[in-house]
Amino acid sequence: MLDLLTGFVAELRAAGIPVSLTEHLDAAEAMRHVPLEDREGLKYALGASLVKSSTHWRAYDTTFEIYFSLRGPEYQIAENELEEDGEQTDESDAANLAGHGTGKGRGRGGGGGGQEGMSPEELAELLYKALLGANDSMIAAVARHAVARYAGMEPGRPVGGTYYLYRTLRNLDLDRILDRLLDDARVASTSPTAKDPGAGPEADTGGQVTFTALEERLLRDEFQSRIDQLRHEIENEIRRRLVADRGSEALAKSLRKPLPEDVDVMHATRDEMVLLKKALQPLSRKLAVRLARKRRHGRKGPLDFRSTVRHSLSTGGVPLEPKFRYPRPAKPEIVVIADISGSVASFARFTLHLVHAISSQFSKVRSFVFIDGIDEVSRFFENVDDPADAVHRINTEADVIWVDGHSDYGHALTVFWERWGEEITPRTSVLLLGDARNNYHASQAWVVKELQDRARRVYWLNPEPRAYWNSGDSIVGEYGVHCDSVIECRTLRQLEQFVGELA
Amino acid sequence: MTSPTNVTRENDAITTGFPVAGKPRFESIEAVRQGLASVDYLADEGIAGVVYLADRLAKPVLVEGPAGTGKTELAKSVARLTGSRLIRLQCYEGLDESKALYEWNYKKQLLRIQAGADQAWQELEEDIFSEEFLLARPLLEAIRSPDPVVLLIDEVDRVELETEALLLEILSEYQVSIPELGTVRATQIPLVFLTSNNTRELSEALKRRCLYLHIDYPQLDRERAIIETRVPGISEALADQVARIVRSLRTLELKKLPSVSETLDWARTLVVLGVESIDAERASETLNILLKYQSDINRAAKELAGVELTD
Repeated sequence: MLDLLTGFVAELRAAGIPVSLTEHLDAAEAMRHVPLEDREGLKYALGASLVKSSTHWRAYDTTFEIYFSLRGPEYQIAENELEEDGEQTDESDAANLAGHGTGKGRGRGGGGGGQEGMSPEELAELLYKALLGANDSMIAAVARHAVARYAGMEPGRPVGGTYYLYRTLRNLDLDRILDRLLDDARVASTSPTAKDPGAGPEADTGGQVTFTALEERLLRDEFQSRIDQLRHEIENEIRRRLVADRGSEALAKSLRKPLPEDVDVMHATRDEMVLLKKALQPLSRKLAVRLARKRRHGRKGPLDFRSTVRHSLSTGGVPLEPKFRYPRPAKPEIVVIADISGSVASFARFTLHLVHAISSQFSKVRSFVFIDGIDEVSRFFENVDDPADAVHRINTEADVIWVDGHSDYGHALTVFWERWGEEITPRTSVLLLGDARNNYHASQAWVVKELQDRARRVYWLNPEPRAYWNSGDSIVGEYGVHCDSVIECRTLRQLEQFVGELA
Repeated sequence: MTSPTNVTRENDAITTGFPVAGKPRFESIEAVRQGLASVDYLADEGIAGVVYLADRLAKPVLVEGPAGTGKTELAKSVARLTGSRLIRLQCYEGLDESKALYEWNYKKQLLRIQAGADQAWQELEEDIFSEEFLLARPLLEAIRSPDPVVLLIDEVDRVELETEALLLEILSEYQVSIPELGTVRATQIPLVFLTSNNTRELSEALKRRCLYLHIDYPQLDRERAIIETRVPGISEALADQVARIVRSLRTLELKKLPSVSETLDWARTLVVLGVESIDAERASETLNILLKYQSDINRAAKELAGVELTD
């Protein structure tokens, strides 16, 4: 048992979750108090002692599910249980629904046998009924069945789970099912036997298909959450089959998900992007708090004589507690010049968000964005509580297209120098963001040199991996020689670290 | 795997260095869940499991999660369930030893010195650094108390990183060292809950000493059950509708998502107003209870009325 735990901890560490020795000991102790047959209980018990941050939970969850995947005989993939489920519901449900049978483009996957009796239409029908009735066990059964049929899993094939997931979902066509559920709910609402009492509309709907917008919305959410449940079941099933095929150790390696702060911003998938956005908010808040604290508590100022005497009154004039003045160090001025063309847009957005979220740490922040034209966007951030709103407006309102909407660093920098160059002072730090892929335009690197002469510091943040620099049309080297430093900045963690040091 | 009851607890402490837990307060995870339900706190699997473990391992629990999801309430409910006294330390920036642990009563000591001006200093010194002149603050009070205690250290992320160190001794050893007096050991192991709103990263040292519990917004079923237990006189249908609308709002991109406590406030308002079923108009009128930013309210009202329903 201890060996198993040790292996699990090693796996967690490999996934990037820091687990200390004491936490490992705690987990071992915790295992003795939780009945081992209670899998969920064990999961939470180990989680409570091993994982100390909510952002790591997703990674932990995946690792746990794989490492302690169900292997006992009672979890053998049963092929016939679906048929039983199907018959039960067939009796209770009206057969007229069968007429709706949604035809689908399908390639029959070479999945496990045993369900030859089911046509794709029947499966779709079952799925529809499972979702309509919110029948948990049936949703699970359908998920199992759908994976067997559509995923086309072949033993020993080195493909990630997402590939199978995609294949299964494409064949099930969930969007269409969602629409159909909504349509049918509308019809059902006119008859007194509404299937879903909670979301059923009031009696005064006038007999027609008159869902109010609110009811429609709630219904949609309800079905959406059931579909999400189905998707989750399908993922589980795929994972289970993969484990059965390759063994959990090998699988854990291939399914390891990076923590949100380690995701490469430029190549993030859409799901990862959502997570990144979520992670950014607390990250910037934490950074702001940390910097404010550092500023206030970093060192003590000179003795504040007046305050000391004032406070000594309560101890009869004996100055027990000396009081100090707070130091007020000068704050730097920041100018951000960011490329927001397609390839690096998300990175620029994150940086702008982060810099403005901690703008109280700087005496002044000015931001400029460019593609081939350049525009000042500082005004968007004024009087806005949430930098995310401003960043959103930049995308829609900033005037950054000059000729064709392909990055032209040379032109953008020249215009910047002509219009705003005068305002760079020796107290300014300049941040240039971009991959320096200039589409073979003139580099105009002299602007960066001028900037360096005038400003306190010039930094270049490049979201590309260092290995790609100066390949193809990337000319970061030409600009780099004039910068104080050129920094590879691919993940939120790196970005946070850089901004933290800047202030 | 031996069952935990076969091993004596004293042995555990010697061999593993874990603090000696007192008599276990709870039988099983299920018992915790039912117990909490009996004091109107509906715990899910994770919450009940961690509370159970905290008791068995004699370890503090660090509770994190969005505001208003019942972190503080959990500590209160556990106190109510076990019949313990709840001692609460509200953290804030600038909290220090004298507010959290103990303080010498300067004024009383000065008086004592003045009163005994003719006494020998040796005697006097011993006298003024005795328990009589010690003002116990929440942490010291919690471990000195002879009765069972639940210690709640609220919003621990508000104190400075350095101040956290104050907590470390009490969290791992359940003792407080006072240089002039010696070490005060706990007579009973209190259940300790620390809550954090996650405004900053807590130190590794603190996290390592705690079990970690993340309380998120509840699932639909649980939220509905919470509304039904916490709001007297609400009909099942209304509770269901409230829970659904709140879930729907949480999928929007709002500045501040509606919390459980705000949901309960809203449900109570609806009951007081005598609302039987919510339509978009009703919802928009009372949204200000659920949401706290004007821009959020406008946005939600629009969404609920279906102005921007097209996705």
